[in-house]
Amino acid sequence: MEPTAVSTLRWIPLLPLLGAVVNGIFGAAIQRRAGKGAIAVLAVAPIGGAFAFALLAFVQLLGLPPEGRMLLDVVWRWIAVGSLQVNVAFMADPLSCTLLLVITGIGGLIHLYSMAYMREDDAYWRYFAYLNLFTFAMLVLVLADNLLLMFVGWEGVGFCSWALIGFWWREPVNTTAGNKAFIVNRIGDCGFVLGIFAMFWTVDTVVFRDIQAHVGLLDGRMLWGMPVVGLATLLFFVGATGKSAQIPLHVWLPDAMQGPTPVSALIHAATMVTAGVYMIARLHFLYALAPGTLAVVAGVGAATAILAATIGLVQDDIKRVLAYSTVSQLGVMFVAMGVGAWSAGVFHLVTHAFFKACLFLGAGSVIHALHHEQDMRKMGGLRTQLPVTFWTFLIATLALAGAPLTAGFFSKDEILWQAWSSPLGSPLLWTVGVVTAGLTACYMFRQIFLVFFGENRVDPHVAAHVHESPAAMTVPLVILAAGSLLVGFLGVPEAFGGANRFAAWLAPVFATGHAEGHHAAHAASLEWMLTAVSVAVATTGAFVAFLVYQRRTVSADAMAALGGGAPYRLLLHKYFLDELYWATVGRGVLLLARIGAWIDRRVIDGIVDGSATLTRGIARLEGRFDAVVVDGLVNALANATGALGARLRRVQTGNINTYLYVVVGTVTLVLIARLF
Amino acid sequence: MPGVPLQHFLVVGLLLFALGLYTVLTRRNAIGILMGIELLLNAANINYVAFARYSGTPTDGQIFAIFVIMLAAAEAAVGLAIVLGIYQNFASIDVDAAHALRH
Repeated sequence: MEPTAVSTLRWIPLLPLLGAVVNGIFGAAIQRRAGKGAIAVLAVAPIGGAFAFALLAFVQLLGLPPEGRMLLDVVWRWIAVGSLQVNVAFMADPLSCTLLLVITGIGGLIHLYSMAYMREDDAYWRYFAYLNLFTFAMLVLVLADNLLLMFVGWEGVGFCSWALIGFWWREPVNTTAGNKAFIVNRIGDCGFVLGIFAMFWTVDTVVFRDIQAHVGLLDGRMLWGMPVVGLATLLFFVGATGKSAQIPLHVWLPDAMQGPTPVSALIHAATMVTAGVYMIARLHFLYALAPGTLAVVAGVGAATAILAATIGLVQDDIKRVLAYSTVSQLGVMFVAMGVGAWSAGVFHLVTHAFFKACLFLGAGSVIHALHHEQDMRKMGGLRTQLPVTFWTFLIATLALAGAPLTAGFFSKDEILWQAWSSPLGSPLLWTVGVVTAGLTACYMFRQIFLVFFGENRVDPHVAAHVHESPAAMTVPLVILAAGSLLVGFLGVPEAFGGANRFAAWLAPVFATGHAEGHHAAHAASLEWMLTAVSVAVATTGAFVAFLVYQRRTVSADAMAALGGGAPYRLLLHKYFLDELYWATVGRGVLLLARIGAWIDRRVIDGIVDGSATLTRGIARLEGRFDAVVVDGLVNALANATGALGARLRRVQTGNINTYLYVVVGTVTLVLIARLF
Repeated sequence: MPGVPLQHFLVVGLLLFALGLYTVLTRRNAIGILMGIELLLNAANINYVAFARYSGTPTDGQIFAIFVIMLAAAEAAVGLAIVLGIYQNFASIDVDAAHALRH
């Protein structure tokens, strides 16, 4: 069916852009004249407006028949060169609408939270300008109806991420982290761009709908000895690994925690990093044709999920634990994508956005209360002092750990079930998922016990001032925690007697993909059993954390010393991947640079210097010629004139009588000459 | 004066011219020089009028003489103005004082 043409979608990205422009250009003056409150209003209002328009789009979509649920807003023709026709056009279907609500809804809450969190910062306006700009770029990414426009948003969020990681740029470590994020993302973007080229080359269009319509053309076509679909999907996946922090490009995300905590919540947990997952879901019709790529996606996702979870076990920085948790959960989403469980993956994306945003904002609340202390070894026993933060953090942790009936439980179990039962799935993937769930519960409860229970290890100077955060921070926490509890009920699997409204809502989008899950023959009892196992494993993980960090039945140091301490060091150093990258890529690039410098200095400079020396020699000769010959001639002429003048001036006496004598004498002489 | 021949006029003119020339060449006083110039001009006038009288067309020479008288008047005015200027600048009317055309 043809999409329904509307003209309201453009306001969803335009309003935040407007906010970003106003705050970005006039922000400094506004903040000076009208105070920080005006800045906050200018920043939050556009997000609220965008949320209202997103709701409007949602209602409009609901009013359409399921198979025709697509709104299209063509703003202007952007590029028209030969067969390349690209519009700036926004498209809302159930998939992008879901993301819209998440971005504007959770994004709005995080904007509210930032009002209080960033209150002390002088660059308040700059922060909100970037945050609005990020929202704009993310909305463009999600709403784009073609790959090129999506790429614009893709780069836009990358830029804003860079700007916000290095927001406190006076600390060199922050700018380094920002640069790292940007450079690692660039590697992924290369893949994305090549993927776009491959698409344009083979199907002659970059519009999602047209690619989907012509996807049959791709069957059996080869490019450089590889099937086009496989190659393009792999290239797109490279882009996704960069943006969504999957192995081997995951290294930037933990460092990205140098940015302000609300930024970590919005960009590096809830929205931007899920762009890779969204992109694969958007292009699911391509991936469905490339089982090889899907196996790679699932493999990379599973490896990332479990490796990041193990690293999360030993981190001491409250935000780093959450960062590795994010990497791990993104891995789980990629497992879902890899087994063709599109809607389950997107569902996990949504629930994860709620509880991970809640966790990050909770962590931000703790950090705020402790005056920017992030080391969990210097926390403890905070549950009485920060009750709202504690309860919301606990709820989000339960959701992340997959406690029954929370949001994370439904979404994660849906993915685990698909990993087991899908034609592309395997018990191995399921096992990895379950182990990851156990590890997740373990490191999250370790965090709970270290931060909120046990003796208070807070610096005594700071401890006196610990207080619960203001309402602007706690209200978003409470809303997100409520979401972490309730959003799951949108997608209760049928095996549990639910209707899985979420999958039904997305079904029109994914209709052409794999026949998803829910095989008629699938045994509900098997799903129950698998769920029971995963819950049991998660409970075990939480219990281990309880034993080690609360009861101290087993000391953490003894665990660290296990196996001679080697496994602990391996985890603490994140599998030495940063060091490996530095030794290979970093050193390699430096070596190349040094070779380039040597060539520059010896060869290029040599040529340039040689020509310069030659020119200088010629110039010196010319100078000699000028000085001797040309100047000589001119000087000789001048000297001769001067000498002549010196002689002649004697004639000019100024004495009238002399002149008269000369006149009379001359006339006389002439007369005499005439006479004779 | 029909009896006076042309030569007599020319001799008077010549004498007058010689006197004027002598005055111009020997005087240091600017006014004296101007007076010498008057003599020179009037010597020329005598010649004009005399030649006119003895030629067929007497008016030509007389017109020239009148022009010269008029010119002499103008010249005297300009010359006296210059002399005044010299006097104001050098407090003297000796022409040698103004030989450098500057102070």
